[in-house]
Amino acid sequence: MDFFVDLIQWFGDNWSGDTGWVARTWEHLWISGVAVVAAMAVAIPLGAWLGHTGRGGLIAVSVVNIGRALPSFGIIALALPLTIWLARTTPLIDSGIGFAPTVVALFFLALPPIFTNTYAGVRGVDADIVEAARGMGIGERKIVTEVEMPIASPVILTGIRVTAVQVVATATLGALVGFGGYGRFIVDGIATQDRLELVGGAVLVALLSILTEVGFSVLERVVIPGGIRRRRRSDVDPFLAT
Amino acid sequence: MIAAPFFRWDWVFNHLDLIRDKVAEHLVLTGIALGVGLAISVALALVGLRFPRLYPPITWVTGVLYTIPSLALFAFLVPITGFTTLTAEIGLVSYTLLILIRNIVAGIQGVDPAVREAALGMGYAPRRLFLEIELPLALPVILAGIRIAAVTTIGLVTITALIGKGGVGFFILDGLSRFFHTEIVLGTALSVILAVVVDLSLVLAQRLLTPWASRRTPVAG
Repeated sequence: MDFFVDLIQWFGDNWSGDTGWVARTWEHLWISGVAVVAAMAVAIPLGAWLGHTGRGGLIAVSVVNIGRALPSFGIIALALPLTIWLARTTPLIDSGIGFAPTVVALFFLALPPIFTNTYAGVRGVDADIVEAARGMGIGERKIVTEVEMPIASPVILTGIRVTAVQVVATATLGALVGFGGYGRFIVDGIATQDRLELVGGAVLVALLSILTEVGFSVLERVVIPGGIRRRRRSDVDPFLAT
Repeated sequence: MIAAPFFRWDWVFNHLDLIRDKVAEHLVLTGIALGVGLAISVALALVGLRFPRLYPPITWVTGVLYTIPSLALFAFLVPITGFTTLTAEIGLVSYTLLILIRNIVAGIQGVDPAVREAALGMGYAPRRLFLEIELPLALPVILAGIRIAAVTTIGLVTITALIGKGGVGFFILDGLSRFFHTEIVLGTALSVILAVVVDLSLVLAQRLLTPWASRRTPVAG
């Protein structure tokens, strides 16, 4: 009970300034957002195009399997020397220590699930619907953006949601290569054996991941067209093997 | 002066004993997590199948466990259970549950009702129906779930290095603290290799355990 009171006290004492949890929240959200948006920018067009043409089924399966096998901790650690080398050879934007390796690693972790869900979603659109659109004289590009993608939107969004939660959780590891975010509290807490800081950081990360999950569930209700929402049972379950 | 090479094979060859120990530790941590996770998942899946109303809360709770970041979960546990294998395993097991339960339930539910009817007609009692008909037929889906859980767990074990365990994660952490590339590359590569090897062994196990499944796959051409 005393620990609980102390923890509340810790939150009260450590919210302001560059190292307070409010600033850490922004760092955490910023790096997660950049990684997810960058992954979306690459994975969604590629997945939709390959899904539309029906090419690359093998690529889609391999990407998932490789994505699962990559240890996030190892990727972040590996990205560190790589980005330092990049920063030396190319004028890479300096966004503070640890930002580049963490964001690079998170990007690679976010890519597979978004890509495969987009691919599977577009691939799963009823061929009769696509034929009907073609019969109505709609061009191929428009079929992808205005027919297939909206119908696949629940599956694509599920992919983004699962990815976003995973990225928010994994961004914590960025603290190991010097980045801020919530991981800072946990890593420093472990290093200095400060239980309050450690548990405080853990509470914050857990809350933010759960909030991300809830936020995306709400977003799905808003974004997915009404007619398609009723078909949601056809969702691809990211936890089920295919 | 010649710049130090990015990867030093001589270091690897000088530390083969350490590498062997860490790989063994990695496999033990993964094995325990999968074994315990499977036992809990089978029990919870059976509860969910027997009482369908309890299935949504079960997936909700395991879903929340899956959502909590591994580093945060280990951090939560350290003040209670310390820097022990128990702490590592509680975290690792909790991440396998959602994957395993979903696949077990989906596998059993996917059994053709006609097959179930036929077995009941032949006088199979519920327990025998489950053990001799439903479970074997669900095996491919269940094993696919075990494969996902195994590969994910192998990656997660590396993070337990932060609480003093971690198998090959030890190399990543040590390499990071000394800024020694060889160890980082070694730890990451070993983790990926282990994941691939374990996955392939499970595919092999699946072939051996469910010979009828491969017979049914259409021949190409």
